[in-house]
Amino acid sequence: MSVPGEGLAKGLAVTLKTMTRRAGTQQYPDVEPDLPPRSRGVIALLEENCTVCMLCARECPDWCIYIDSHKEEVVVPGAARARQRNVLDRFDIDFSLCMYCGICVEVCPFDALYWSPEFEYAEYDIRDLLHDKDHLGGWMATVPPPPAHDPNGEPSKEEATAARKAAGGPAPGRAAGGPATPRVRPQRPTGTADPS
Amino acid sequence: MPLWVELAIRIVGVVVAFLALPLIVGQVEHKVMAHMQGRLGPMYAGGFHGWAQLVADGVKFVQKEDVTPRAADGPVFRLAPVVALVPYLLVLLVIPLGPDDLVAQPLDIGLFFVLAVVGIGVVAVLMSAWASANKYSLLGGLRGAAQLLGYELPLVLAAASVAMAAGTLSLPGIVEAWRPWWLLWQAPALFVFFVAGLAEIRRPPFDMPIADSELVFGYLTEYTGLRFAFFLLAEYVGIVVIAALTTVLFLGGWQGPFDDQLGWLWTLVKVFAVSFVIIWVRVSYPRLREDQLQRLCWLVLVPVALGQLVLTAAVRVAL
Repeated sequence: MSVPGEGLAKGLAVTLKTMTRRAGTQQYPDVEPDLPPRSRGVIALLEENCTVCMLCARECPDWCIYIDSHKEEVVVPGAARARQRNVLDRFDIDFSLCMYCGICVEVCPFDALYWSPEFEYAEYDIRDLLHDKDHLGGWMATVPPPPAHDPNGEPSKEEATAARKAAGGPAPGRAAGGPATPRVRPQRPTGTADPS
Repeated sequence: MPLWVELAIRIVGVVVAFLALPLIVGQVEHKVMAHMQGRLGPMYAGGFHGWAQLVADGVKFVQKEDVTPRAADGPVFRLAPVVALVPYLLVLLVIPLGPDDLVAQPLDIGLFFVLAVVGIGVVAVLMSAWASANKYSLLGGLRGAAQLLGYELPLVLAAASVAMAAGTLSLPGIVEAWRPWWLLWQAPALFVFFVAGLAEIRRPPFDMPIADSELVFGYLTEYTGLRFAFFLLAEYVGIVVIAALTTVLFLGGWQGPFDDQLGWLWTLVKVFAVSFVIIWVRVSYPRLREDQLQRLCWLVLVPVALGQLVLTAAVRVAL
């Protein structure tokens, strides 16, 4: 049995209660937004890591990555013949086409592409949304450090190998009696995303 | 003090109140409505929490082009905003602010005058609706006419109850006769007057004539620039007028502690409190459908007002 007018009173109460609470408005241009970690703002390029494998350009669903390169001979002392190396001439991402799927970042086998949370790169001319490799490299400074790994997780293969080498163990297979490597990853240096 | 100086002071006072109070109420509406919806409202104009938002809006409206549609009935179309605005200005003339003749024009038949003048609003609605030569305007205007004519009756009946209780039609006289226990005795009349007043100024939830989700903007559809601003101003002055009338008739006007010095303050406080409730109701309730609107008027408000009249008469005879 409900009292007549109960709903009307409830409606008034809801609005009055909302008025006494803090507003949820984000005052964006005045106050920087508090973005969640791994926000997809813009894609940054770490040029030294790029081997021009073209995986990103091929996987891109809307073909917005343009890569040009040439080969250079690198003479390695002691080697039988000179090695060849790819040199990146052009690496452009057209952010007017990009749909921020992040597949390029995922497929890059050498960690040359990163997500940066910066999002304020609107332009008056759509052609200016084509970021060249210097522009993309400039975003590297804004890439946050990767989130800490699960302390109970399995260490990565590279780290396990490096730790084993440092310990002097020659065997490539898993040694009997459990893993020889510590289960906890070494602490990464904070403040930089450079994975070298 | 010569007569003309006194007259000038009174008129200037009314004009200042006519221009300042609606702006304050409008700004309060912006902020209160925003916070009731979990927003902040205007924050930029004027620097501090957007206090100058309505001033900026006014400047914007002045700059806009004043369009009169080709098919419109020009003179009537252009006159309608003025007809909407002037009655409220006239009402402010007779509303007492404090004791000892603190009123622009004390009038023995003040209540009668107020109710008559407020009724002119329906003419402005019909003028703007018909002269716009727009089907949405016409629909809105006819809805407005039906609503205003219907709600005029409970409004007048509720006001008549107070006049009967006080034994006078003069607004200062009603305030002087008012006693705190009238709040209980006249509570149904207060409810009827407030609701009918909301409908008279076409505020949500009684904004069926404007109904922007179905009628574009009702009878205001074709208005631009300054004329549209006049209609908006009329709406805000309407809030002030209905709040002031509710205050004077039902809430004891200037009566309160230290009312021989602070009477004007009590009136203003009560007017703003009632204005807040008007805004609050607007935020909380959805718009009434046309049939619900008429049903509320004829099946609830009119019988309640008639019952209140009988009660008032009985108590008056008994006392």
